Amino acid sequence: MTAVSPIERAQLPPKKSVFRIVMRWCRKQPLGAVSAAVLAVIILTAVFADFIAPYDPVLNDFANMLTAPNADFWLGTDQFGRDVFTRIIYGAQTALFVGFTAAFFGSTVGLVLGVTSAYLGGIFDLIFQRIMDVFMAFPSIIIALAIVATFGSGTQNVILAITIPMIPNCARVVRSSALQVREIPYVDAARSLGFSHARIVLRHMVPNVTAPYLIMFTSFLGQAILAEASLSYLGLGVQEPTPAWGLMLQGGAEEYAESAIWIAIFPGLAITLAVFAFNLFGDAVRDTLDPRLRSR
Amino acid sequence: MHKYLVKRIIMMLPTLFGAGIFIFFLLRLIPGDICLVRLGGQGGFVDEAAIIACRQQLGLDQPLILQFITWFVNFFTFDFGISMWTSQPIIEEVGLRFELSLQIALMATFISIIIAVPMGIASAVKQNTWVDYCVRAFAIAGIAMPSFWLGILIILGILLTTAWWTGIPWLPPIRYVPIWEDPVHNLSQLIWPALATGYRYSAVATRMTRSAMLEVLREDYIRTARAKGVMEKLIVNRHALKNAMLPVVTVIGIEFAFLMGGLVVTEQVFNLNGLGKLFVDSVTNYDYTMTQSLVLLVAVVFVLSNLAIDVLYAWLDPRIRYS
Repeated sequence: MTAVSPIERAQLPPKKSVFRIVMRWCRKQPLGAVSAAVLAVIILTAVFADFIAPYDPVLNDFANMLTAPNADFWLGTDQFGRDVFTRIIYGAQTALFVGFTAAFFGSTVGLVLGVTSAYLGGIFDLIFQRIMDVFMAFPSIIIALAIVATFGSGTQNVILAITIPMIPNCARVVRSSALQVREIPYVDAARSLGFSHARIVLRHMVPNVTAPYLIMFTSFLGQAILAEASLSYLGLGVQEPTPAWGLMLQGGAEEYAESAIWIAIFPGLAITLAVFAFNLFGDAVRDTLDPRLRSR
Repeated sequence: MHKYLVKRIIMMLPTLFGAGIFIFFLLRLIPGDICLVRLGGQGGFVDEAAIIACRQQLGLDQPLILQFITWFVNFFTFDFGISMWTSQPIIEEVGLRFELSLQIALMATFISIIIAVPMGIASAVKQNTWVDYCVRAFAIAGIAMPSFWLGILIILGILLTTAWWTGIPWLPPIRYVPIWEDPVHNLSQLIWPALATGYRYSAVATRMTRSAMLEVLREDYIRTARAKGVMEKLIVNRHALKNAMLPVVTVIGIEFAFLMGGLVVTEQVFNLNGLGKLFVDSVTNYDYTMTQSLVLLVAVVFVLSNLAIDVLYAWLDPRIRYS
C-alpha cells in the first residue's frame, strides 16, 4: 500500500468493495457472521459430499453392523452397517435441497400472490385473504401430511407438502408491505403510462418489497429443514435408502438406541446445528433489513 | 363486545367451509376412488359388482357436490362417518384419543408458561448480560431442536439413568390411564412428552415475552414510575408485566391450538395413542374418511382457539374492541 496523507485520504471517495461491506456486516452482526460460516461449511459439505464422505451412503456392510465410533467409522455404523458420518454428509444434500427449494418456492409464490392481492385490492383481495385464512386454519404439519396422503411420499411431494403451508404466511407479510408501496405516487404514474398490471406488479412493486421477502425466505429455510426431518421421521417423507437426517432417526435409532446410542444422537445434532445456524442467520438478515424489529 | 363477538363468529364460518372444501377435494384428487383402492389394492382381478356395491354403500355413486354437502353437514352434527380402515365409527375412534391429546396439550402449555414467562422477564430486565445471552441461547436451541429428537433423547436418558441407578432399565408405561384413575401412572407416562413439547414451545414464548417486555420497559410511563421512585421489582411485576403479557397470551393461545392438532411427531416418538398418531396411521393406511374428518376437526379446534384468543385479547385490551 502506498502512503497516503490524511488530507488526501479524506478526499478519496470511500471504498465500497464487496469485501468491505461483508466485513462491516460481520462486525455489526457477529452472530450472523458465525452462523453464515457454519452454513458455508454445511453447504460445501453437501456440494462436495462425493469427495468428503469416506464410504458409500447406501451400501450395506453386514460385517460392520452397529459398530461404535472408532478410527474407521468416526460416528459409528447403523443396523445395516452403513457409516453414520457418510450418511450425515449425504443427508445434508437432501436437507439443503429440500430446504432451499421449498423456501424459495414458498416465499416467491407468496411474494407474487401477496403483491398482486395488495395491488388489485377490492373483491379479489378480500377473497384471496379468506383463502389464505383457510390455509392458516391448520398447523402446517397437518396440511403437509394431507398433501402426502394424496400424492404419496417421496422427495418431490415432500417439497410440495412443505411449500404450500409457507405460501400464505409469506403472502400475508408481503401484502401488508405492498399495501404501503401501492400508495406511493410512482405506482399511479406507472398506471397512467398505461403499463399492464403484470408489469406494474412485477417490475415496480415486487422490487420494493424485497426486504420482507428476503426475511421470510431466510426464516423459511430452517423451518423447511425441520419439516422435512419431521416428515421423514414419520416415514412419510424422503424414502429409504436416500440418506436423510430425519429418516436416520426413524427405525434403527429407536430400536437400537440403548445399545447403539450414536445412531440416535448424531443425525439429531446435524438437524439441530443446521436449523440453529439458519435461524441465527435469518435473525441477522432480519435485523439488517428491518431495524425496527431489532432485539425481537 | 357483543357486536365484536358476532362479527368474529361470522368470519369463522367461511374459513371452516373453505377448510372442508380443501380437504375433501384434495383427497378426491387421488386416481381411482376409495373402493378401487380398497378392493383392488393387490392389483389382481376386481369384481365389478363388488365395486358398485361398495360405492353404493359409501355413497360414492352420488354427485361429488352432494357427497361433500352430506359429509360437511353430518360433520357438524358429530356424525363423522365410518373409518375405512377399522370400520368403526370415527367419532368413537376420536373420542378414545381426544382425552390423551388434550391432557398433553394442557400440560405442555403449562410447562411452556412456567419456563417462558420468568425467563423472558429475566432476559429483558438483564438485557445484554450473561443472563440474557443464556436465555436467548436456550430459546434458540429450543426452536432449532426437532421435538422428536428431544423425545428420543429423553427416552434414552430415562433408560440409561434408570439402568445405571437401579440396574433395571425403566420405561414410561405404554398404556394410557385417565389421570383420575391412577394419577401416578398417568403422569409417569405423559410428563415426558409434555416436557419435550413444552420446552420447544417455551422457546417461542420466551422470545415473545422478552421482546414485549423490552418494548414496554422503554415506555414513558415506566420512566415516570422510576422517576417517582417506585421499587424496580414493582415496576417490573405491576407496571410492565401486565402490558407485556398481551402478545404473550396470544402466542401461548396459538401454541395451544397447534398442540391440539400438531402433536403428530411427539406422539409417534413416545408411542402414545393420541389424535396425532391416529392421523399418521390414517394417512399411512389410506383411510380417507378418517383423514378428512380429522383434518376438519383440527381446523375447527384451531379456529375456535383463535376465536377464544381474539375474544380474550379484546377483553384485555379495549382498544381492539372499538377499532
